[in-house]
Amino acid sequence: MATVILESAPFAEAIVKVSKEIFDDNKNCLKELAVIGMHTRGVFLAKRIIAQLHKLGGKELQIPFGSLDITLYRDDIDDLGSDMPTIKETEIPFDINKKNIILVDDVLYTGRTIRAALDVLTSFGRPSFIKLAVLVDRGCRELPIEANYIGLKYPSKKKIKVCCKELDNIDQIVVI
Amino acid sequence: MSLQIKNIHIVDPSQNKDSKGDIFIENGIIVSKPNNQPKKIIDGQGKIAVPGLIDIHCHLREPGLESKETIKTGTYSAAKGGITTVFCMPNTKPVIDNAPTVEFILLKAQKEGIVNVFPIGCATKGSLGEELSEIGVLKKAGIIAISDDGNPISNSQIMRRALEYTKMFNIPVISHCEDKELSKNGAMNEGLNSTILGLRGIPSQSEEAMVSRDIMLAELTGGHLHIAHISTAGSVDMVRRAKKKGLNVTAETCPHYFSLTDNDVKIYDTNTKMNPPLRSRKDVDAVKKGLADGSIDCIATDHAPHTQEEKAREFDMAPFGIIGFETMISLVLNELVDAKVLTLSQAIEKMTTNPAKIFNLKNRGTLKAGGIADITIIDPNHSYEFKKEDISSKSKNSPFIGRTFKGSAAITIVGGKVVYQR
Amino acid sequence: MSLNHKDLLGLQFLDKKELQIILDSVQPFKTLFTRSVKKAPTLLGKTVVTLFYEPSTRTRTSFEIAAKRLSADIVNITVQASSVVKGESLIDTGKTLEAMNADYIIIRHSMAGAPDILARNLDASVINAGDGFHEHPTQGLLDLYTMYEKKKSFEGLKVLLVGDILHSRVAKSNIWALNKMGAKVAVAGPPTLIPPRIEELGVKVFYNLDEAIKEADVINILRIQLERQKENLFPSVHEYVELYQLTKDRLAKAKKEVLIMHPGPMNRGIEISSAVADSPNAVINEQVTNGIAVRMAVLYLLKPKVKKNVSSN
Repeated sequence: MATVILESAPFAEAIVKVSKEIFDDNKNCLKELAVIGMHTRGVFLAKRIIAQLHKLGGKELQIPFGSLDITLYRDDIDDLGSDMPTIKETEIPFDINKKNIILVDDVLYTGRTIRAALDVLTSFGRPSFIKLAVLVDRGCRELPIEANYIGLKYPSKKKIKVCCKELDNIDQIVVI
Repeated sequence: MSLQIKNIHIVDPSQNKDSKGDIFIENGIIVSKPNNQPKKIIDGQGKIAVPGLIDIHCHLREPGLESKETIKTGTYSAAKGGITTVFCMPNTKPVIDNAPTVEFILLKAQKEGIVNVFPIGCATKGSLGEELSEIGVLKKAGIIAISDDGNPISNSQIMRRALEYTKMFNIPVISHCEDKELSKNGAMNEGLNSTILGLRGIPSQSEEAMVSRDIMLAELTGGHLHIAHISTAGSVDMVRRAKKKGLNVTAETCPHYFSLTDNDVKIYDTNTKMNPPLRSRKDVDAVKKGLADGSIDCIATDHAPHTQEEKAREFDMAPFGIIGFETMISLVLNELVDAKVLTLSQAIEKMTTNPAKIFNLKNRGTLKAGGIADITIIDPNHSYEFKKEDISSKSKNSPFIGRTFKGSAAITIVGGKVVYQR
Repeated sequence: MSLNHKDLLGLQFLDKKELQIILDSVQPFKTLFTRSVKKAPTLLGKTVVTLFYEPSTRTRTSFEIAAKRLSADIVNITVQASSVVKGESLIDTGKTLEAMNADYIIIRHSMAGAPDILARNLDASVINAGDGFHEHPTQGLLDLYTMYEKKKSFEGLKVLLVGDILHSRVAKSNIWALNKMGAKVAVAGPPTLIPPRIEELGVKVFYNLDEAIKEADVINILRIQLERQKENLFPSVHEYVELYQLTKDRLAKAKKEVLIMHPGPMNRGIEISSAVADSPNAVINEQVTNGIAVRMAVLYLLKPKVKKNVSSN
């Protein structure tokens, strides 16, 4: 049974909130800012955050966007059985050296995905810093990793699923 | 020692018999009426008695290759398959091209053998295809025929001489027909399957070219040519025509050539590697037709044991050959009799009466009174799975492991003695 | 997404869907090559052994780079051809490697079916790197991928294989895969080098190269082994060159955008002229690059299976 914990309107508000926090926090270094979304839904969230940042920063602000897939960097490949995950494109069309990276994912849980993402990013170069933005933090960390920007804190032992209009025809967050 | 087999279905092609009755044995000989009360009685209810099966083509590997088979293990395996007489090929170490080796085999067979053993001598010295062996001396020592089996005589002149010279001894020249140049490096039948598997092919013509040559030489010399393990449609056809012409040509095939095709090589199963190779469906059908119309006289096993180590190799490196004693009767019953290719009597004829006739075996291959009491009792209703662990041959290289059969040898009697009972 | 196979023995055993899965997996590996760190930790701690009974620097190196870019440990073993006959049996060699915890065994052997023996007897994933005249599946896949990358679709694509088809495992793997993907395959070579009944695999046979070349979208030229001449399969290299070398003049008769491929190593001046090998139509170097990505994809998709379920978010 899926329970909706965040409807479409507050979903949008959460993104606005996170974007505002990112903007305020990085006011002094907006030129070096870049947003990278993690496959699959983090990519859509990252695009929306960039749109918000552009709104806040005005015409002259152009924030580079990248997408990132962690499949080859997972630490649980042996446990996946015969169903290997499809590898998606990692596209970072800019030099990440000395950039200020905002990494975007939908749900923060064990922290293992983020650990893998950090490995992917460092294989591209050496950014000035990497900060993490997530829509939901469901707790239960297995690694010492925390998000800098959080849309919704919702500690939960149950699986949380983020739905995006772009993929699921609706914006909402549900507990399964 | 006297024995009565009671109330049994007797199939004896030598006297056109196919009816219920009793068989009496006294002192190892079949008699029409016993002089005394039989000491032992076998109830034949539901079983079939046939003359003891004669396998005219096998490899017992002794002397020299005892890791594959010995006379003891080989003849036990034969007895288990209902075979009472075997002819063993001369490609032992040393080869059977001299009287002492013949005598050794006969002695060993007498001491340890379970069934009758008749050695086949080499046609040429060392089986090298260069000079005729001392066929007269070998004959005197006890050989039943001559052959260079796996090393076919490529020199036509020598083959001609062999066929000519043996006329005075009244023994056949058994020819393994293969043009070694055409089959060079080949591992399986040439065709779509060899293309798919990437193995070098052995074309049918490598067999047929030699069958054709040997028939011509039989015609030239009037010698008795016996063609071993026929596997192709073309060979069957040539033998058929030779017989029509009245030539002194006889032929055998093996159970695998009427029950398997080159499709069965599929996963590089080295137990499907033999020479000649498994052929196409068309060839299998032609072999069956040849059996049905009498072009092919005999069914023999070409029992060719090889160790598991030798067979567990790359397909190209594994030796040719499969074992066959323990599956022949079941394959004949299921693939030929049940499939209505041959009547039971016709099928038995090809493993008894015909071999005895072709190789001049007196008083064998028959259940007539006065004949030697070599008898095979078949249980036609015995259904079983042929399992590797049940194989009695020292080697286990059979492509039929895992197959289920209906009908097998229940009792094997050699010279009046029960040598095997399931 | 899954390839339900422990081993890759031949493209005969993959269906269209599985071939497409492999093709779709190659690109992400290729993009890895453009990063400053060209390596991913996917197979960290895994052991890959290349077991080569035939010399092949090219294929072995390609597998080695592929395995290294996935962070596996790789051990290369070369066995002299002579010791195949006298030495340890293949099964024993395989068991020894497995006892040393090899997770993948990549085998090249002069005899068809050798990889099957290992695959049947071992738990490790076995990848056929060419066995006798049977198959060379990763070469087939990299050829397939290179065509896919350049031509975008296989539907109706006309692929011509030229040369010694009889002894070519590459040809066999190409034929199986291309047929399944909807391409139309033709072969051209002297009748002595065309395998028996190859037409039954859905292949058009030409003896005349000039005729065959006209309609081809892709020409895959196979290496001619000069020792075949000693087996009387063709009378001389001189005559072979005359009849089957892909020259500029012959290329002029082909479609303008025809792709020229060669599995390497090339005999320049024998099956292919230098002018053709270096022409803009040739994608021979791209094949080599793609080979690494394809082999990475295969290593990724064929992982030796451990059954456990751990969820992660």
